[in-house]
Amino acid sequence: MLRKIRITMATLSMLCITLLFLDFTGVLHHWLGWLAKVQFVPAILALNFAVIAILVVLTFIFGRIYCSVICPLGIMQDIMARLRFKKKKHQFTTEKKWLRYPILILFIVAMVCGFGAFWVFLEPYGSFGRIASNLLQPIYLWLNNILAGIAEHYESYMFYDKEIWIRSLPTFIVAAATFFIISAMAINGGRTYCNTICPVGTVLGFVSRFSLFGIRIDKDKCKQCGACVRKCKSSCIDVKTMTVDYSRCVVCGNCTGNCKFGALHYGMMTKSSHNADETSGKDNKNDNVDDGRRAFLTGSVMLATTAALAQTQKKVDGGLAVIEDKISPVRNTPITPPGSLSARNFQQRCTACQLCVAECPNQVLVPSTDLTHFMQPTMSYDKGYCRSECNRCSQVCPTGAIRPISQEEKTSIQIGHAVWVKKNCLPATEGISCGNCARHCPTGAIQMIPSDPNDESSPLIPAVNTAVCIGCGACENLCPANPSAIYVEGHEQHREI
Amino acid sequence: MIEINRRQFLQTLGAGAVASSALLAACKGKDEQIQTTTAAKQEPPTDKMTMRVNPNTGDSVSILGYGMMRLPVIEDPDNEGAPPFDQEMINKQVDYAMAHGVNYFDTSPAYCRGESETCTGIALSRHPRDKYFVATKMSNFSPETWSAEASQEMFYNSLKYLQVDYLDYLLLHAIGGTSRDLEGNDLDSEATFNARYMDNGILDWLVEQKQAGKIRNLGFSYHGDIKIFDMLLRWHDEGRYHWDFVQIELNYLDWNFANEINGSNTDAVYLYGELEKRGIPAVIMEPLLGGRLANVPDFILAKMKARRPEDSVASWAFRFAGTPKGVLTVLSGMTYMEHLRENLCTFAPLDPISADEDTFLLDLANDIYNLHEIPCTACKYCMPCPYGLNIPDIFQHYNKMIKEGNMPNNPERAEYAKKRKAFLVGYDRSVPRLRQADHCIGCGECQSHCPQSIKIPEEMRKIDEFVENLKKESFV
Repeated sequence: MLRKIRITMATLSMLCITLLFLDFTGVLHHWLGWLAKVQFVPAILALNFAVIAILVVLTFIFGRIYCSVICPLGIMQDIMARLRFKKKKHQFTTEKKWLRYPILILFIVAMVCGFGAFWVFLEPYGSFGRIASNLLQPIYLWLNNILAGIAEHYESYMFYDKEIWIRSLPTFIVAAATFFIISAMAINGGRTYCNTICPVGTVLGFVSRFSLFGIRIDKDKCKQCGACVRKCKSSCIDVKTMTVDYSRCVVCGNCTGNCKFGALHYGMMTKSSHNADETSGKDNKNDNVDDGRRAFLTGSVMLATTAALAQTQKKVDGGLAVIEDKISPVRNTPITPPGSLSARNFQQRCTACQLCVAECPNQVLVPSTDLTHFMQPTMSYDKGYCRSECNRCSQVCPTGAIRPISQEEKTSIQIGHAVWVKKNCLPATEGISCGNCARHCPTGAIQMIPSDPNDESSPLIPAVNTAVCIGCGACENLCPANPSAIYVEGHEQHREI
Repeated sequence: MIEINRRQFLQTLGAGAVASSALLAACKGKDEQIQTTTAAKQEPPTDKMTMRVNPNTGDSVSILGYGMMRLPVIEDPDNEGAPPFDQEMINKQVDYAMAHGVNYFDTSPAYCRGESETCTGIALSRHPRDKYFVATKMSNFSPETWSAEASQEMFYNSLKYLQVDYLDYLLLHAIGGTSRDLEGNDLDSEATFNARYMDNGILDWLVEQKQAGKIRNLGFSYHGDIKIFDMLLRWHDEGRYHWDFVQIELNYLDWNFANEINGSNTDAVYLYGELEKRGIPAVIMEPLLGGRLANVPDFILAKMKARRPEDSVASWAFRFAGTPKGVLTVLSGMTYMEHLRENLCTFAPLDPISADEDTFLLDLANDIYNLHEIPCTACKYCMPCPYGLNIPDIFQHYNKMIKEGNMPNNPERAEYAKKRKAFLVGYDRSVPRLRQADHCIGCGECQSHCPQSIKIPEEMRKIDEFVENLKKESFV
């Protein structure tokens, strides 16, 4: 019974949160956005005390049900563990306190110090987010594009095509590696990851040691046959002493249904049952998630596009000019999305879950390849620009790294300012009349002035009023030059204009 | 009691089959009953093509001419800009056209990224030289080809690519247009004409080629400034030059509305009238306006079908263009076999427009004019745009939305959200994002090439602003 309830709830929650990461239309987050916001670490980062309190109380009463039905990475492991050979049995192991607690401490220290490149690898929600957005969303988009193709055939506008692209190869590799390592651990040892590495598992495990409800073994009925142990994903039932390690039990209910003698029940705890095995175990596999990370950081391959040109004299009709990939400008300060307040706030709070990246309709947000904020989103105007009517990233962010902002607020938030690069500008170098940046500036921050102050009819070049510029990148994206003759420098601290 | 036994039933059935196959074999005859049957439309006859006689040479020219400007390509997703032309299909269609009486083929050194002459040459050289007439042009638009040497080279290349010793028809290509010289100065229509044909002595040289037998008919095609058209006809009257034929744009929309649609163009009724007065045969281009007159809004289609339910929309435009007696041939850029078959049925033989139908079509022209489409015929003279834009596709999408009644003009109206989505989704489908109107910098390279005198950068800006406003009304 317990198992059935757990599986039903887990399926539902997994389905919804995965959909949240897959959806690109910006519709689902209205209904499903809360699922990201009730995740443990995001709630802490958002200083959402109500959610933290509820989760702690929930764990204190029922045990670690969070890990079984709310945490998507936990549910993912349960799904992958179904690939395990039926005959391969689980065995009781002792708790690896020497590994769990140091990792937790390192995690907390890294978080407080803002060392995002370390702690984001350990954070379960972010890991799942990277897997969903990097590995699952492309499949979802591909299916969508098939539907879009069919819709196009029938002249329907219900489905539309979305480009499938790897926004950052290192992040993609990290996501894939995380998926394979955690899956391998799940297939091999059930909830090994959750009970040795996951910092959330360690914190909740500490609480669940004292939980009011738990798995109780009726010592009179128990024949010590070990059928429960063989089904225990957490390897936390010790039949010899007839005790359960509640710090590791995720209340999956696999054991209760498997006991032929009815010796296992989920229910109110008595004092005596809270004496879990205290001995600490020996080694085991420890290095995992960040294993091999170093290897991927070196190569930063950004798939970009955009911007044409090679001025050729037209002699024949037809054909299309080749469009070259846009060369990204080198920014002194990376740009963070409107609502993130400052680079520091963003770096400290972002779990690199990629939810905003998956959501961004303008292909602006991409995971950073920079070490200090590795995998955290940064803004790139190679494929699009941050359109004034869109505030979707701010609506979905569960951690407060990007605070919710309205469309009106967004138009006055200055996330950066445009910088003109004379040597790339077509009017300045080739005398071609252009003005595409000024024409598309949503705040009117760019005006065109004669390149020669003494000659009113000389080619017009852009003059940026940085006091009015909000850094949306329309100018950079739509500049015909490659690399762009006008680009955006980020602001460490966002300002209001 | 009515009894039909099995035998009788089969007989009835058999008679029906015979009757329908008789119709199938028909596609012909003055009898409208037969000609307008769908079944009859399926197989065009080989010996019923309406022919017109060129008074200068006595050439018997098919009323349907094959335009080689819109040749079929082999679609290649990796080579979006320059897909290879489908020579096998071109050969097949040319063979089919000739087997059904078509004998006039019109090309130019500029068409199809410069490959049209070669493709045409390959297809035609497989037939006896006296079975077809080939027309090509002096397409020296680029100032780099304005020198006598470069223009002459273009002429010799035409002979080479078309694999012929002489050209049946040669045209000064698109006189009346403007241009931009190598220094970047904009030249008006007269200066352009002089630079292309007079200052370099090319027109006189072409007359010499005609005397030498390299050219059988010398004429010109006209778009744009009427001053040049009038000037050339004045020269004809004065005996300074003789025009064997003139190519003009004629269709039921341009007949009275060319000038209303664009102030710098002239109504076809005037152009044709001037030619008829002088007995100069007219070759008709853009009878269908690049397909725009084959794809009309539903309410116009309904009116056409009410009169001739089994005739295609395009057939009306072709019949209109072919009806005037002074028309030598009507050019159609038939990309697909289906176009060719349909047109063969329209012209083999031609059923001329009656006076009543003429009034009807000119009324329809008024309706079409009122749609305010962008008068682009997708001729691609403007392409390639140096900044990667796909100009014709942008205009086509815009016109398509007008035609389908999907223009999201009024936010107050119901259906607005649906139309808005259709417009934006359709835009991304028709034109890749990096080739859309917001990338137009207004350099004006395209401007002088447009035979319809569309102010391309201006239109691009309008469409860009329209799309911007649609997008700004929040996403999805």
